[in-house]
Formats: sequence, structure tokens, C-alpha cells
Amino acid sequence: MNDRRSFFVLTMLVFGFAFLYLPIVAMVIYSFNASRLVTVWDSANSPTLAWYVELFKNTQIMDAAKLSFRIASVNATGAVILGTLAAFALERYRRFRGRALFGLLTTAPMVLPEVITGLSLLLLFVALEQAVGWPHGRGSTTITIAHMTFSMAYAIVVIQARLATVDRSLEEAAMDLGARPWKVFVVITLPLIASAIASAWVLAFILSWDDIVITSFVSGPGSTTLPQLVFSKVRLGVSPDINALATILVLIVSVAVVVAGTYMMRRDRRRMRDAQAALGATG
Amino acid sequence: MNAAVTAVGAVPQASPAPYVRIDRLTKRFGDFVAVRQVSLEIQRGEIFCLLGGSGCGKTTLLRMLAGFETPTEGAIYIDGVDVTQVPPYERPVNMMFQSYALFPHMTVAQNVAFGLKQDGTGRAEIESRVREMLSMVQLDGYEKRKPHQLSGGQRQRVALARALVKRPKLLLLDEPLGALDKKLREHTQFELVNLQEKLGVTFVIVTHDQEEAMTLASRIGVMRSGEILQVGTPADIYEFPNSRFVADFIGSVNMVDGRLIEDEPDHVRIECAQLGGIVYVDHGVSSPPDAPVSVAIRPEKIQLSRERPEQPDNVLQGVITGIAYLGDATRYLVRLPTGFVLRVTAPNVFRHEERLQHDELVWLQWHSSSPVVVTR
Amino acid sequence: MALIVAGGGDAVSTSVGVVTGLAGRFAAIRGGFGRRVVIALPYAWLAVFFLVPFLIVLKIAFSNIQLSMPPVEPVLTWTADHVLQLRVHFSNFTFVFGDRLYLAAFVNSLQVAGVSTLFALLIGYPMAYGIARAPGTWRNILFLLVVLPFFTSFLLRVYAWMGLLGRSGPINALLMYLGITHEPVQLLQTDFAVYLGMVYSYLPFMVLPLYSAIEKLDLTLLEAAADLGCRPTKAFFTITLPLTKEGIYAGCLLVFIPAVGEYVIPALLGGPDTLMIGRVVWDEFFGNRDWPVASALAIMLLLILSGFVLLLQRVQAQEAEA
Repeated sequence: MNDRRSFFVLTMLVFGFAFLYLPIVAMVIYSFNASRLVTVWDSANSPTLAWYVELFKNTQIMDAAKLSFRIASVNATGAVILGTLAAFALERYRRFRGRALFGLLTTAPMVLPEVITGLSLLLLFVALEQAVGWPHGRGSTTITIAHMTFSMAYAIVVIQARLATVDRSLEEAAMDLGARPWKVFVVITLPLIASAIASAWVLAFILSWDDIVITSFVSGPGSTTLPQLVFSKVRLGVSPDINALATILVLIVSVAVVVAGTYMMRRDRRRMRDAQAALGATG
Repeated sequence: MNAAVTAVGAVPQASPAPYVRIDRLTKRFGDFVAVRQVSLEIQRGEIFCLLGGSGCGKTTLLRMLAGFETPTEGAIYIDGVDVTQVPPYERPVNMMFQSYALFPHMTVAQNVAFGLKQDGTGRAEIESRVREMLSMVQLDGYEKRKPHQLSGGQRQRVALARALVKRPKLLLLDEPLGALDKKLREHTQFELVNLQEKLGVTFVIVTHDQEEAMTLASRIGVMRSGEILQVGTPADIYEFPNSRFVADFIGSVNMVDGRLIEDEPDHVRIECAQLGGIVYVDHGVSSPPDAPVSVAIRPEKIQLSRERPEQPDNVLQGVITGIAYLGDATRYLVRLPTGFVLRVTAPNVFRHEERLQHDELVWLQWHSSSPVVVTR
Repeated sequence: MALIVAGGGDAVSTSVGVVTGLAGRFAAIRGGFGRRVVIALPYAWLAVFFLVPFLIVLKIAFSNIQLSMPPVEPVLTWTADHVLQLRVHFSNFTFVFGDRLYLAAFVNSLQVAGVSTLFALLIGYPMAYGIARAPGTWRNILFLLVVLPFFTSFLLRVYAWMGLLGRSGPINALLMYLGITHEPVQLLQTDFAVYLGMVYSYLPFMVLPLYSAIEKLDLTLLEAAADLGCRPTKAFFTITLPLTKEGIYAGCLLVFIPAVGEYVIPALLGGPDTLMIGRVVWDEFFGNRDWPVASALAIMLLLILSGFVLLLQRVQAQEAEA
């Protein structure tokens, strides 16, 4: 009985991961294919790095990547700053007027369909420009503002979850020992939630780096992000240099995740060892 | 009743002006009154224990002393200065938290130095004071460790060192031994008292553990639902509880309902239906005649014997229905003819003795000074 | 309402009204300056860039199309004799209800999202179970493997299927090699491709909450059940499944909600007749430049989704009470 069940679970695991990874693996393989037809393997001339060379020569793609990177970095930093403040307000200031509305505003961007968020932000920018002359047209500023608004919600969730596990008596102890509230935040709270802030930054970066729908609404001529460029290219069909681009991105992400993962596993293991050692030595 | 409210013996030179004065302090959370009109005076160098069950307001009172909660009404004076509105980071008070609240990202030395750093103390002085403090709590050589590399007892000592290094006028301890196992707790209790005597710092301790309160405190304040019921030395509280609640809360007690039938200045007689007889007490009670009262008799104050005792009063007969041998003493349950069951504790003085048996018929007696009469 | 006072460009009047209202609230927040800043900064950001835009959408949904920029007629206007005029048009909604196309788009979106959610659950639950019950190190590795696709571009992962499903792609090659078909099958630009893309893209969102729910489950409960004579399969259905319900709800919500409004997947994998509401809103907005109808559709989509969330919350609340 038990064997049959674990066999089923194992099969589903293999199937599920194959489902998740085969398309990515195929994309990586085809990026070395010489044929322009992408999925028809040209065994005479492959594998080749031709598409990678072409990718780096394509200034349009390189410019879009640079723009996306810049927007994503600024967005992540802004979202994390606002998100930390909001998480602190929600977690530490239990009672203030308008807290219910605030709570709603911080979660709603996550569940709102992107089409609606994008549409509503564009309408705002248009109305603002008409009324006060700002923002002048649409471009990287409006994209960054839009990205910050929705990625901030995710940052709040990550940071608030960590903040909830920080023992409040740590902050009280610091205050008791003479540290003023602002100092307590910088010296005690911030270091304790630093890892969550880092995760939130990465998350906000990726949400922005990856976004296509909201960006399409609030971008203007002259500011084409990487996803926008990729989208307009692939709408016309598969394209070999996009495979090369995807492979590079997958490689970067995999290395980052593996490094972060092993670091965290090592740290957990070391923690466990230390705790056991401390328990062993009585005192 | 004669519950002695003034401090006895343990307080060194009780100065006329109290060191900490709490004046009609009240704290409300919405409709809930956590602390109600509490007034209290604590002397310099005292170990004062706030004792009570969970939700009695003792922690709220402590947090108001630390400055984490602002009183709804009333005032707090420390060394003659009104500190009611002073924020925690400016009070001459430090606290040892129940969870110890050691900063996990700092080493032991950094934890202990934290408070001094906030005051802008010079580096050399910080270093020497941290070293001195750590050796006082026997943690030399642990400076570079992080909190998660310490055992529970070591963490407790770091927390204590961190709170004491600023030489506070008042040290607040929230369940200081609560997180330690039993053996370690007993050992630490005495260390804590030694340290306090050496430094002369005034301690206010909050605990729900009466044994902890009895061993540590010079005086105890028993709290219930936001109010202080009785203040006194451990012996006062134990021997002369002023209410049914205090008698019941501290130690084990046989509580019997009764009615005053004779009330003279030097003695009273109380009719107790549950005991099927009359209890004679050798001191007066200030209570209206015929008032319903409770009589509290501690289990260790009752003696058991096979022969009928000679004294005329306070003698009963019963059957042993339960025996628990504890080594140092034995606990008996004795059922009276009325069906009421009394708890009796007898010390095991001799190794070889003919111990009382189950179902044996025994005589019970107690001295006429033993019962405590409390009004209901 | 206070919104009327400001006058002028009326989208902005709305914003000004809301912002002044909120400013009053910030002033009322008790406590020090620091505390006020901590609350007010993110609050103001969300009010200006989230709440106000939303009110504008609401407003435009009730106005008429106009040949100008912006191509809408104001709802509030000052007439010559200084009388504030409020013109509300329900025509956009009647128009949307009158056209079978929009209705079909809504129904189809819900159907695609619902079926995709179901399949994601059926695949995701055993996966989450397997990961949660895997031995220590393996568990961490498998967990990272689920997270990893989330960090790789969504767009590129959808794009990957374009290559796989194409007429000359490997799937068709395999089908022909196996002799199941003699000429390439149309896989791309079909509803099937949309379902596939949905399940594929949102599977990690299903697995993660399920994993954390199953991992939290106290294993001694299953031992107790076995001790009381319950067979493993029955224990799964009577113990594990009910106790991981929260994870199931969370996972389904995380898949269903974005799937309903999805734009990229139907645009890349679906055919020209694949009607989904996200795509329709997009086309109304960019193609027909009919902002009022696009706004009305957005409002309706939002109402439907809120309905689902509220329903789920009620079910959960009822279960918590029982």
C-alpha cells in the first residue's frame, strides 16, 4: 500500500519536474542550433554560438536590456524602502486611523489583474499631465512608478512576514538600554530583517524585469524595455537569438539561486551545530 | 488581621523616604483594566517580588516601571523624581526580559556593551566594565560567542550582565528563572541574590512561581485582577495571609468554612460544619459576630497520632484515605466522619518507624495558634 | 461628496479630494513625527498611484467616448452659470452586456482559468506532497527547483512552448515518428496550447502554498491514525487532505486570479479566436481606443474576481466556525 503510494508520488514528481524543465532545456539546446528555423536541428553546422554573437551585436536588444536593468534596480530600491516602512507600520503600529484601508491598499495590487493596474495607472498619468503638466509624456519614469506600486505590495508581504517573527522584546530591550526609537530601528530591527529586505529587493527586481503588461500601458515611444522588445519579436514567431537570450538569463538565475541556496543550507546547518554544541555544554 | 505590611529585618536601614514610589497607578486597555489604583513603596536595596497568576497585571505594572506602557492614571517616582512620562531610553531603570531578548546578531560582549554605547561611554571604559561584568556572572572567555551558541543558563547570565552593566537605580526582572530547568533554577536563585547583595541594586521581580518569590524576595506583593491584595515578607504572606485568595495561592492549605460563635479579644471559637466541630483560635478577630469566615490550616501544621492527644481543643478523628511518600515528608489525605477530607503533611524524621497505613483510624490535632481566620 | 468641491479638470478633482481627505487622516495619526512619516509615506504613495487611478477608471467607465485626448467626455462639468453638472452614462455597461462577444470572453476566461487551476492542483498536490516528504537535503533542492522557474522570465517560459508546439517542433516530430499522425498537427494557436501554457506558468504558484501546508502537518497525527487502525489511503483523505485545505485554497486563488485576467499566454499561444477578457480589454484600449468600454470591462472583471475572493473567504470563515 505504502509502496504503491510512494511510487505514485515519485512518478508525479518526475513528471512534474519534467513538465517544468523540458521547455527550458529545449530552449537552451535550440540556442546552439545553426538553423534559422529554430526547431529544425541543423546537424551539419551545430552546435554553434552564432546566435549569441548576433545577440550581443543587436544594439536594440542590448539597449532594452540596459533600460530594463536600470528600471528594475531603481524600482526594487524604491519598493523596498516604501515596503519596509509600510510593513513596519502594519506590524508595529497596531492602531491608527485608516489602518483598514491601508491594509487593503497594500494587498490589492497583488490580486488585481495586471491589465487593470496598467490601465488605471495610464489613465492617472494622462489626467495628471493634463492637470499639472507632470509627468511629461510617458517613459522610464512612469514605468518605474508603475512597477514600484505593484512590486511594493510583494515587498511588504516578505518583509512583514519576517518582522512578525522578530521578538518585540528585542526592540524594547534596546530602548530600555538607552537607544532612541530611530536608533533601535537602525541598530536592531534593520539587521534582523536584512535577509528579508534582500529577498524583497530581488523579488521586486524580478517582477519589474519580467513585467510586460503593465509596462506596455505606461511606456511611451523611446522607452522599450526588454520584455516589450521580446514580446513584439516573438509575436511574429520563434526567433533564434531570443533562445540565446533566454539561455543567458536562465544561466544567471540558476547560478544565483544555487549560490543562495547552498549558502542558506550551510548557514542552517552551522546554526544547528552551534545550538547542539551549546546544549551539550551545560552552564 | 495582623498582616504586617511594614518591612522586617531584610531591608537594610529602611530609610524614611521610599526609593520607588508608585502612586495610585491605573492602566486601562480599552475597557479592560489591567492595573487598578495600585500604590506601592519599595526601599533602596530591596528585592521586591510581584507575585500573581497570568493576567493579574503584574507584567503591565513592570512594563509601566520600565516605561513601555504609559499609565492611564497615577504616577511613578524613582529616587524622588517623577518618571511617569519619561521614555524608556531615558529612565535610570533596566530590565531583564523573560525571553532574555539578547540581540542575535551581536556577540556576548556587544550585547553587554550596547547600553553603555548608547550613553556615549568611552571605549576603554566600556571594555573594562564589560569584562568586569562578564566575570561577575562567570562568563569570562565567552565574549566572542553569539547568543545561539550559549546554553539557557549562559543566556540568562548574559541578559543579567547586560541589564546590570549600566548600574541602574532599579533592575526589573520579568520571570528571571522561568526558562531554566529545575536544577539550574535552584542554583541560579542563590546566585541572583548574592549578586544583588554585592551590587546593592534594587530589584523588582515579576513571577508566577511562589517558590521563586519566597526564596528571592525580601518582600512580596500578591496581585490579583489588577490589584495588590497583600504586601509583606515571605513569612508574613505565608503565616498571616489576609484573604482567602492569598492563603490559597501561597502554598497548600486546608480551607474550611465556618461561623464565629465566640469572639473575645484573646480568643475566638468558630463552628465548622465541614469539620463537625469547633475550632479554637488563640487570638482575636475583628469581624462582626455570626459573620461567615474561612479558617485556613496549613497541612504541615496538623499532627497525626495513633493515641488520643491530651489537649482539649482542636482534636479530630479520621481515616487515612491516601498516602504519598515524598522522601523528606509524607502527605496524607484524612477523611473525617463528616466526609470532609483534610490534607496533612508529616516530616519523615526517623528512617525506621512504623508508618501510618491506609484505612488506619488516626487522631488529628493542631496548635491553637495555627489556624488563620480570614473573612470571606 | 467632497470630490465635487475642487472643480477644474475633473479626474484631478477626484484625486485632489481624495488626497486632501487622506491628508486629514495623516494629521490625525497620533504619535511622534517618525511614526507619522513611517505610515504616511507608503500610504500616500498607494493612495496617489493605486487608489486614485482606480477611481479614475471607475469614473471613465461611466463617461462617453470622445474624439480627443483623452478620448473621454468629463463626468463632472461646470456649466456657464456655475452649476456643477454630473453626467453619468451607463451606456458602456449596456453596450458590454448587449454584445455577445464580451459575455463570451468573460465566460471563456473563467472556464480557462478554472480548468487550468484544477489541473495545476492535480499535478501540484502530489508534487508538493513528494517534496514535503522527501528527506532533508533533497527537500531543499526540490524546493529550489520549484522556485527557480519563477525567477526565470515568465515571457520566455511561455515563448519556450512556441518552439515546442510549432508545426516543425519536436512534439510534432515525435508524433509523426511514432506514426500517430502523418502530417503536423496544429498545436500552437489553439485552446489546448492556452491551457497548457496556463498550467505550466502557474504550477509553481500552486506548489508553494501546498508545500508549506503539507510540511507543517504534524506527522504524529498520521501515526495516531494508523495506530487507531486507519489505512494510509484513508488517512490521506481523512487527515492530510482536510488539514491542508488552507494550502489548497491559497494555491487555487494564486493560480485562478491571475489566470482570469491573463494577457500574454492567450496572445502568444492562443489562436485569433481565443477570447479572453484580458486580451479584450487590451484590444479595446489599444486597438479601438475605446477607453470607457475598456474601463467598464475592467470594473466588471474586478467585480467578478472580488466575488470569488469574498466567496472563498466566506467558505473559509464558515469552516473555521464549524
